[in-house]
Amino acid sequence: MSQKVEKLDGFEGPGFLATSLDKAVGLARKNSLWPLPFATSCCGIEFMATMASTYDLGRFGAERLSFSPRQADLLMVMGTISKKMGPVLRQVYEQMAEPKWVLAVGACATTGGIFDTYSVLQGIDRIIPVDVYVPGCPPRPEQILDGVLKIQELVQNESRRRRESPEYLELLASYGIE
Amino acid sequence: MNSTTNEIIKEKEYTTLNLGPTHPATHGIFQNVMKMDGELIVEAEPTIGYIHRAFEKLAERRPFSQITPITDRMNYCSSPINNMGWHMTAEKLAGIEIPKRVQYLRVIIMELSRIADHIICNSVIGVDSGAMTGFLYVFQWREDIYEIFEELCGARLTTNIGRIGGLERDFSQKAWLKIERLLKDLPGGLKEFENLLVRNRIFMDRTIKCGPISADRALAYGFTGPNLRAAGVDYDVRVMNPYSSYQDFDFIVPIGTNGDTYDRFMVRENEMWQSMSIIKQAMEKLDRLDDKTSFHAEVPEYFLPEKDEVYNTMEGLIWHFKIIMGETQMPKGEVYHSVEGGNGELGFYLVSDGGRTPYRLHFRRPCFIYYQAYPEMVKGAFLSDAILTMSSMNVIAGELDA
Amino acid sequence: MSNITAELAIEKLNNQFGDQIISSEMLYDFLTVTVARKSVKDVIKFLHDDAELNCHFLTTMCGLHYPDQAEQFGMMYQLHNMVANFRIRIKTFTSDAEPAFETLTDIWPSANWMEREAYDFFGFRFHGHPKMKRILNMDSLEGWPLRKEFPLEDPFRADKDDKMFGR
Repeated sequence: MSQKVEKLDGFEGPGFLATSLDKAVGLARKNSLWPLPFATSCCGIEFMATMASTYDLGRFGAERLSFSPRQADLLMVMGTISKKMGPVLRQVYEQMAEPKWVLAVGACATTGGIFDTYSVLQGIDRIIPVDVYVPGCPPRPEQILDGVLKIQELVQNESRRRRESPEYLELLASYGIE
Repeated sequence: MNSTTNEIIKEKEYTTLNLGPTHPATHGIFQNVMKMDGELIVEAEPTIGYIHRAFEKLAERRPFSQITPITDRMNYCSSPINNMGWHMTAEKLAGIEIPKRVQYLRVIIMELSRIADHIICNSVIGVDSGAMTGFLYVFQWREDIYEIFEELCGARLTTNIGRIGGLERDFSQKAWLKIERLLKDLPGGLKEFENLLVRNRIFMDRTIKCGPISADRALAYGFTGPNLRAAGVDYDVRVMNPYSSYQDFDFIVPIGTNGDTYDRFMVRENEMWQSMSIIKQAMEKLDRLDDKTSFHAEVPEYFLPEKDEVYNTMEGLIWHFKIIMGETQMPKGEVYHSVEGGNGELGFYLVSDGGRTPYRLHFRRPCFIYYQAYPEMVKGAFLSDAILTMSSMNVIAGELDA
Repeated sequence: MSNITAELAIEKLNNQFGDQIISSEMLYDFLTVTVARKSVKDVIKFLHDDAELNCHFLTTMCGLHYPDQAEQFGMMYQLHNMVANFRIRIKTFTSDAEPAFETLTDIWPSANWMEREAYDFFGFRFHGHPKMKRILNMDSLEGWPLRKEFPLEDPFRADKDDKMFGR
């Protein structure tokens, strides 16, 4: 069953709907996310299950995987990010165009998980800002779907001016991203 | 012709192509810097270690029972084999005899996960050669296997299944029903998957003679498992050093001849059929056994007592505490145990000094050893063949980087 | 299937190398031979070349560290004759502060990454290795992670301080 898209509030007449730009853009963005799967380990296999026939991420308008960061708007980090991989992840994030969202899937991406070791980055939020965290080691496909739905909620309700706001620029600056 | 034309012909120029560490075609994160002559690969230089998680160091700080979760995350496509391998290593060290019934139950779990492992690898070979359908189609059987694991232990992928000394709990009635349903449904599905690819002209043209390796070179590079068998060497740990009563089973070790992608695909495909036959045999053998209930060895010093005992008896509580805190006595010694993992000989070299944690634990990870042959296998091949070769080798990043 | 006994192998090694074979024992089902460091490569080459023993497959190798021993660093090699299903483990120890061993890459190309791994984890050098550099860890890492004195946990963690965990 695919997701039902709610009708927007606004002034409606025959053949037209007048609503605020924010709402229209939010709706469009929400239902056409292009995720970039940054799958490194075990969670990546569960992501494959999420994409495959049984769970089918395509039902939520996020079917088109974009392997190029330039054309993606959702970065899904799945799996352990080691310190060797950290700079690569950051570079991928920096290459993505605004607006962009980040989903940290699994315990490793969130906090380093059971790998409290010298070689593992203890959570990707040390190098890039994260919007939604999905717990689990690895999370079930339903959980990953739930994470994507949470992202969709953020996307729909985000103000169109957020990416230019001083708060957002400050957030990026705190990660040293220009 | 004047002399200036000769000056224009320069030395051949090569392009450097950087594949990875994050690239859709690499199936995990490894980097390959390739020197290309047009479409042809002149030289490939792999860099690995992008998800190095320090398993061996971590294992030196954990009590024996807590090492199972680490082994899960090594070859995460077939975690139960890794779990069982570790349990058997620790059991060998402690000298624990496992009842026949438990050994057969373990065989069922291991063969199920071998099927799951090969399904991923083969369907991804399909995807890389342009057939997405097969992947979407066979993944539903993989989901069925996950459901069985879920019924057995509560987890899908990183199962942490079983314990040192046996299994955590007996198979439930529902689990048996699910296994029977899988055995009924999978042959048809697999057959259809094979119909799609095995005699498919495009698939054959793409995979035959793609990334071949001779038996000699494969042995020199330390190949084991399906990749070695595809090259024509019938080495299988299940036959050579039987563990968990594999000597009681009757199965064929499929081998190939050319060691190319097609052979690797076919070896894996046939192994799935063999695994199904082994599971059926195990179920028949279980029916014939007098023992219908045991699911662990009677070793209270290593095997966690039932929760009921823990809550209601003093002895149970003490054993529970001791095992969880890693205070049980493990003998001193050095032991090596290997199992036939999804990718080959998965070995555990364990040195124990009698303390609460292993003194040294080295994993023989088949991927790590055979992936070094990759530059040799793709030399002179097309770039697109290099991708197919990589997916047919089934390199699992977690196992590769430890 | 197996027609090579441990006794035969030990006898052959003793005849060939004499006092270079320090000890030999059966550890569980595995024949383990400790060899003096300077002849370890010769022993392995002999096992590989000998027509009867024919240990043609390098199963694995890894470094060892026993800080309490006088000879604290060591290497472990496991060879396999797949035809007769005969396995042997060779161990060697050294007291050097910067241990170095002979490379096996000229016998088996598979030794290449395993030796790099031993270098990465323990800092062992291998003479004659084609590319002696770190393989799993970052090049910038200081120290040798699998030596016993190396701390497991990330020293820069801020969230796991004593205040929260009472350690």
